[in-house]
Amino acid sequence: MSSVALRKAAPAAGTTPGTVQGPPRRRRIALVPTVTLLLGALYCLLPVAWVVVASTKSGRELFSTFTFLPGTGFADNVKDLSAYRGGVYWKWMGNSALYAGLGALLSTAVSAVSGYALAIYRFRGRETIFNILLAGVLMPPVILAVPQYLLLAKVDLTDTYASVLLPLILSPYGVYLARIYTAAAVPSDVVEAGRMDSASEWRIFSRIALPMMIPGLVTVFLFQFVAIWNNFLLPYIMLSDDEKFPITLGLFTLLEQGSNTPVLYTLVITGALLAVVPLIALFLVIQRFWSLDLLSGAVKS
Amino acid sequence: MTSARRKTYGVKGAPYLFLLPATLLFALFFALPIGYALWLSLHKIEVKGLGLGKGARQETWAGLGNYADALSDPELLDGALRVLGYGAIVVPVMLGLALLFALMLDTDRVRLAPFSRLAIFLPYAIPGVIAALLWGFLYLPDLSPFHFVLDKLGLPQPDLLDGGPLYLSLSNIAVWGGTGFNMIVIYTSLRAIPAEVYEAARLDGCSQLQIALRIKIPMVAPSLVLTFFFSIIATLQVFSEPTTLRPLTNSLSTTWSPLMKVYQDAFGKGDTYSAAATAVIIAVVTLVLSFGFLRAANSRNKQEEAR
Repeated sequence: MSSVALRKAAPAAGTTPGTVQGPPRRRRIALVPTVTLLLGALYCLLPVAWVVVASTKSGRELFSTFTFLPGTGFADNVKDLSAYRGGVYWKWMGNSALYAGLGALLSTAVSAVSGYALAIYRFRGRETIFNILLAGVLMPPVILAVPQYLLLAKVDLTDTYASVLLPLILSPYGVYLARIYTAAAVPSDVVEAGRMDSASEWRIFSRIALPMMIPGLVTVFLFQFVAIWNNFLLPYIMLSDDEKFPITLGLFTLLEQGSNTPVLYTLVITGALLAVVPLIALFLVIQRFWSLDLLSGAVKS
Repeated sequence: MTSARRKTYGVKGAPYLFLLPATLLFALFFALPIGYALWLSLHKIEVKGLGLGKGARQETWAGLGNYADALSDPELLDGALRVLGYGAIVVPVMLGLALLFALMLDTDRVRLAPFSRLAIFLPYAIPGVIAALLWGFLYLPDLSPFHFVLDKLGLPQPDLLDGGPLYLSLSNIAVWGGTGFNMIVIYTSLRAIPAEVYEAARLDGCSQLQIALRIKIPMVAPSLVLTFFFSIIATLQVFSEPTTLRPLTNSLSTTWSPLMKVYQDAFGKGDTYSAAATAVIIAVVTLVLSFGFLRAANSRNKQEEAR
């Protein structure tokens, strides 16, 4: 690996011999990268900063004061939002937590057993099954969601919690990550040793391999959690009863009504802020554990 | 003997049992819907007489008629062109920025890097619908800080939700949401390059810029390929962002992107048959593009290895 790079580096050095850096320059801050990154950070924080400020404004202040001037209506906005249609907003948040939490848990479990089977065993049809499962990644969600809706309608399952949960349990990407991780983290000697002790295959998986797979499975869980929390299309197609809406769909319908009555804008803005806060908090906590090494590892193999 | 035989049977059967839940879910929620979509796309409703009473509306074989209709529908072609234009902005800008930020993060003596990295990655945690909603408000002339500044400076204020600027506005939402994730993927593979490589290059007198261009970019090429591939697929499937912006502008039709047209046909018009045909066409285009791309990337990799 390094020899390739060395070979590539050599002509570069030969063509420009005059750019040797003296020791004094080493101490300085790299100004251009630092500033570029800070500008990038500013760009990414702008809408978040805006929604924080805008949520403090009363309906009148929203349209009359400068964008980044804080207002005086935050408490009233939260009160109005909580009172909106009997507190349906908090119901949406609860639904999102349910869909994302339960869905990600089930999805991780399925990914774990499937990834383990594909990584550890040699059996007929292994690669075929793996490739067919992976092809699922390429299927545009709408292509699946429309017939899924029609089929679930035939068994009277549309507009239920199950209609949003069930189609998201199998995650081709999760199976893929679980397989890659298991192959790297669970040595086949360990599995063999378990067989020598005449442990059942399920016992080997659940007692020996599963603990070794935990870091990879945490990543799968987090990916699925974010994916389901952010999902809009499936609930948009499946649900009509707004008591079952997740937060994304709820805010969308609120905005749709708000386009006729700008009074609702402050509710949408406050709702967007409160919906983003738990995600950002979760994100700040988990980004320490989040092993994206797994991703680049997947790229290399 | 018997117990040994039973054990090998146990081992042989185990992977299939482990794969049972995934297989079952795949059959129910992937294979069956795809099969049903294919079946629907080849049928249509025929109305007999006045269309009243039972049996007056019958499903009949339509052959490739739905496909012919879909392919000759100018609205679908327009939608495809709109999404192409949108993708031509999103993918290069997003991946260019992601690569730039990743290289900058990987530079020596850069300050506040952990903060910047986290801030740029943050939009990944924000749902596409909420991102579109936040930016949508920032585009509204009454609320936008851009319009405020332009107004103070006495400059003309473009309508960000119409015509050409609308593409930029939509692209901006995707770029904002996707740059951080791709940056992290590229940055992670940059970190995996052993430090000796740079030491050697530095001893040879390479500047940071030369190291970036001649060593780092070629070495992270595989992750660039991967991010490019996923970005293209995500772009073709754009749905929630334009749908969310619709309440704020009259310039976004219900059939702005091909996927929106599928939704509109199926649930707006209730014509699931032609919706299915359009859906199948989009799926085939996506698959052909994906496999073509993967094949091209693979053969290039093999060439590199052979060298």
